[in-house]
Amino acid sequence: MEYGFTTAAYVVASVLFILSLGGLSGQESAKRAIWYGIVGMALAVAATLFGPGAGNWFLSLVMIAIGGTGGWLVAKRVQMTEMPQLVAAMHSLVGLAAVFVGFNAQIELGRVTRLIAEGVPVAFTGFAALLAGKTGPEIAMLNIEVFLGIFIGAVTFTGSVVAFGKLSGRVDGKPKKLPGGHMLNAGALALSILFGILYFTGVGPAVFWLILVTLLAFFIGYHLIMGIGGADMPVVVSMLNSYSGWAAAAIGFTLGNDLLIVTGALVGSSGAILSYIMCKAMNRNFVSVILGGFGGETGPAAAIEGEQIAIDADGVASALNEADSVVIVPGYGMAVAQAQGAVSELTRKLRAAGKTVRFAIHPVAGRLPGHMNVLLAEAKVPYDIVLEMDEINEDFPSTDVVIIIGSNDIVNPAAQDDPNSPIAGMPVLEVWRAKQVFVSKRGQGTGYSGIENPLFFKENTRMFYGDAKDSINKLLPMID
Amino acid sequence: MKIGALKEIFDGEARVAITPSSAVHLAKLGHTVFVESGAGARAGFSDDDYAKAGVTVSRTAAELVGAVDLLAKVRPATEAEIGQMRAGQTLISFFYPAQNADLLARAKDQGITAIAMDMVPRISRAQKMDALSSMANIAGYRAVIEAANNFGRFFTGQVTAAGKVPPAKVLVVGAGVAGLAAIGTSVSLGAQVHAFDVRPEVAEQIESMGAEFVYLEFDQQVQDGAATGGYAAPSSPEFREKQLAKFRELAPQMDIVITTALIPGRDAPKLWTADMVAMMKQGSVIIDLAAEKGGNCDLTVPDERIVTENGVTIVGYTDFPSRMGAQASELYGNNIRHFVADLTPAKDGVIVHNMEDDVIRGATVARDHDVTWPPPPPKIAAIAAQKPKEKKKELTPDERRAAEAAAFKADTANQIKLLVGGGLVVLLIGLVAPASFMSHFIVFVLACFVGFRVIWNVAHSLHTPLMAITNAISSIIILGALMQIGSGSAWVVILGALAVLMASVNIFGGFMVTRRMLAMFQKS
Repeated sequence: MEYGFTTAAYVVASVLFILSLGGLSGQESAKRAIWYGIVGMALAVAATLFGPGAGNWFLSLVMIAIGGTGGWLVAKRVQMTEMPQLVAAMHSLVGLAAVFVGFNAQIELGRVTRLIAEGVPVAFTGFAALLAGKTGPEIAMLNIEVFLGIFIGAVTFTGSVVAFGKLSGRVDGKPKKLPGGHMLNAGALALSILFGILYFTGVGPAVFWLILVTLLAFFIGYHLIMGIGGADMPVVVSMLNSYSGWAAAAIGFTLGNDLLIVTGALVGSSGAILSYIMCKAMNRNFVSVILGGFGGETGPAAAIEGEQIAIDADGVASALNEADSVVIVPGYGMAVAQAQGAVSELTRKLRAAGKTVRFAIHPVAGRLPGHMNVLLAEAKVPYDIVLEMDEINEDFPSTDVVIIIGSNDIVNPAAQDDPNSPIAGMPVLEVWRAKQVFVSKRGQGTGYSGIENPLFFKENTRMFYGDAKDSINKLLPMID
Repeated sequence: MKIGALKEIFDGEARVAITPSSAVHLAKLGHTVFVESGAGARAGFSDDDYAKAGVTVSRTAAELVGAVDLLAKVRPATEAEIGQMRAGQTLISFFYPAQNADLLARAKDQGITAIAMDMVPRISRAQKMDALSSMANIAGYRAVIEAANNFGRFFTGQVTAAGKVPPAKVLVVGAGVAGLAAIGTSVSLGAQVHAFDVRPEVAEQIESMGAEFVYLEFDQQVQDGAATGGYAAPSSPEFREKQLAKFRELAPQMDIVITTALIPGRDAPKLWTADMVAMMKQGSVIIDLAAEKGGNCDLTVPDERIVTENGVTIVGYTDFPSRMGAQASELYGNNIRHFVADLTPAKDGVIVHNMEDDVIRGATVARDHDVTWPPPPPKIAAIAAQKPKEKKKELTPDERRAAEAAAFKADTANQIKLLVGGGLVVLLIGLVAPASFMSHFIVFVLACFVGFRVIWNVAHSLHTPLMAITNAISSIIILGALMQIGSGSAWVVILGALAVLMASVNIFGGFMVTRRMLAMFQKS
C-alpha cells in the first residue's frame, strides 16, 4: 500500500517534469511550466521523505531547510549577468551530491554483505533491505552503476567548478592544457577503468578503489574543461548539465528508483540536445569543442587592409535620429558592462520617436544559450522585437543603422569570406549589409576567439569606443 | 597660420570656401581666419556673419592675399590670381591638374604650394575631405529638382477624385555619388526609378536606394570599379552596343533621364543619342550632369536649357552645386577645414605639410618650384576587390521534389539504422543484465526518448531558463540521499546529509532563478 502511494507520487512527478520542460516552448506557457517543476519536485521529495524506507527524516528536514534557505538567498541576490556562473556552480553541487550518494551505496552494500555474512539477524529497512535482497549478478550490475554514477558525478563536479571560474573571470578564459594534452585525459580514463575493474572483481578494499577513481575523474573534469576556450562555454555548460543528468540516472539504477532514472534521463538528453544545437549554431563539431580549443589551423588568415575609424556620441546620435530602422546586436560585452538597462532605455526612446527597433540575437551570443534574451528581458525589452539570426539576416540590407554592443565573432564577415579563418563556415549576422554599422567596443582588441574582425575595417563601419554602458548613456540625451 | 578665403570671380559662382561655421572650427585649430569682403554674399553669409564668427574681413583681394599664408578657393584660381601670390604661400581649391597644365606650370613658377581638392584620394580616411563627392551629392539632388521643375507632372503616382496620376519614370545613368543622390531624391519624391551603371558591383547600392537596377545580359567579364579607385573605366565597343540597345528599349517609357556618366580624365561617353531623344515622349526631361565634359547626351548644350522639336527638355547646366550656394559652401567649407585639420596635426596653428601622408601627398600638385603631380599610387588600396558573386541556383519543382524524396529516403535509412543499432545494443544488454535491471532500463530508454522529443520544441530564447530548470530538476538526486540517510552507518548518514544539503541548495536556487528569469519576459 505504501509502496503504491510512493510509486503513484513518482508517476505524477515524472509527468509534471515532462510537462515542465515541454512548457518552455513559449514564453507564456513557460510561466506555468515552472510551477509544474516546483510541484513535481515537492511531491517527489515529500513522497520519499514520508514513504517507506526513509529514516532520519528530522535530520533531512533540517538539511533541506538550511540548504533551501541558502539557495534561495543566492538566487535572489545574484545579478542576471552572473547567471552563467550561477548555473555552472549549481551543476557542481549536483555532481558532488551524486558522488556522495554513490559512495554511500558502496558503504551500505559493504555493511549489508558483512552483516549477512556474519549471520547477524537484523531486519534491514529501506535501502539496506533492497541491497540485502540482491543476487550475485544484480550486485555486479550495481557495482557498474555505482562506478558510472561516481565517475560522471566527479567529472561534473570539477568541470563545473572550472567552468564557474572561467565564466566569472576567476580563471583565465584561454584554453590551457598540461603537457600531454588529451593523452593525459585518455591515460586517466584508462587508469580509472582499470581501478573500476579491480573494484568490480572485489580485489582489495572496494571503497579505496572508488576513491582513486573519484580522484582521477576529478582530474579529468578539471583538465578537460581547462582545455576549452571561453567562447565555447555555452556548449560546456549545457554539456555539464547533461552529465549531471546522466549521473542522476546512474544513481537511479543503483537505488532502483524509477523517478531518478526518468528525471536523470530527461535532464541528460535535454543537455545533450542543447549542446548539439549550440555546436550547430557555431558550425563546430561537438567532438572538436569537447576536445578543446579551435580546430587545427588550415592556413594563414587573410590580412585585413584599411583602418578602424572612430566616431563620437554626436555622430552616432545624429545617425540614429535620421534612421528609420535600427537593429541592435548585443553580445557578451553588453553583459559585462551591465549595459542592458541603458540599451532598453535607448530602445524605448527610439521607438517613441517612431523608429523600428529590433534586436538580432545570434544563437551563441553571450556565454549561455539564450543569455542575451534573458538580459534583455530583465531590462524590460519586449520579447516580440527580439529576433533570431535566421529571422533577421535578410532584413539587414534594408536597415539604416546597426548598433553592435560588445559582440565580435558573431558578426565577423571572415566566417563567410575567408576560408582560412578559424571560424570559417560559422553562421554569422550579416550586419555589414546595413547602411551604417556602429560598433560599441572597449578597445581595439579581438574577440574571444582571438581573431581579427574585418567588419571593423569596412567603409560603413564606425567604431564607438568606450565602455558600453557609458557610451549608450551618453547617447540617450541626444536622441529626440 | 593665417587662412583666408577669396571671393569667387567666376561668373555666377555662388559658393565660398570658408563659411562662418567652418571658420570657428579653423580657429579652434589655432588659425586666424580672413575673408574677402562680400565673398559669402551669394551663399547667404554677410560680412557681419563672418565678423561675428571672429573672422577678419579684408576689403580687397590684394589685401587678403598679402595678409594670409594659406588661400582657400572653390573654383581653380585664374593665372592672375596665382600671379598675385608669393612664393611659399599655399593655395587650396579645385585644380583639375590634368586639364589645367598651364595653370600648373604657373603655380610651379610662382613657387606656391597648390593643393587640389579634386585630387584627394578616395580612401576611407579621406572621405571627410572628399569635395568631389560632397559636390556630386548636391548635383544629384539638384538635378532631380531641376527635372521636377521642368517636368509638367507629378513625380508620385496618385489616385484622386479627379483622376489617376501615374508615377513618373526616372532613369539614372551612372550610379556614382551624384547618381545615387539622384536616385534617393527621385525615390523620395515618389517616382519609379531605374538605374544603370557599367560597374556591376553597384547593383546592390542601387537596389538599397530603392531603385531597380537595369540589368544587362553580358557574358564578358566586366571590369570591377575597385581597380580604378571606385570610378568607371571605358567599356568595350560590344558592351557599349548592348548598352545603347537597352537604352533604346527604355527611352520611350522614361519621363526623366538623368545622366551622370563620367570617366576620369576623358570626355563624357555619349550614351543618350539623338535617336533616343527622338523616341522620348513630349514633355520628357533630360538632365545631363556630364555637360561640363561634353555631355552624355548628343544634343546637350553646356550651360543651357534647350527644348527639342519633339518637346523634350534637355538641361545642360554645369553649375548645379553653385545653384545651391549655401548648402554647397557649407559642405565644401567642411571639406576644407577637415583638410586643414590634417595639415595641422598638433592643433596649434602650425601647418606641417607632411608629404609622407597619402592624402596630403595625393592632393598636393605643386610645391617648392616643382610639379608633384601625378602622385605615386597610395600605400593602401582604397576599396577591396569584389569577388564575383555566385548565383544561387533556382531549383525547378521537379528537382526540388527529387531532393526532398532523397532527403526523406536518407532520413528513413538513418532512422532504421539507429533503431536496428539501438535494438541490438539493448538486446546485448538484456543478455547479460539481470531482469530487475531491465525493467528499470525500459523506463530509462523511454525517458531519454521523451526528453529528446520535448526539448526540440523549446524556444531558442528560453534556452537559459531551460538550463536553469533542468539544473533544478537534476537535483532529484536528493531522493537517493534521502533514502540512504536512514542507514545505520555513521559515514553514510554524514555523506547523505551533505548530499541532501547540496541538492536542496540547488532545488531552491534553481527554481528561484528560473522564476526570476521567466517573470521578466513580457510582450510589448
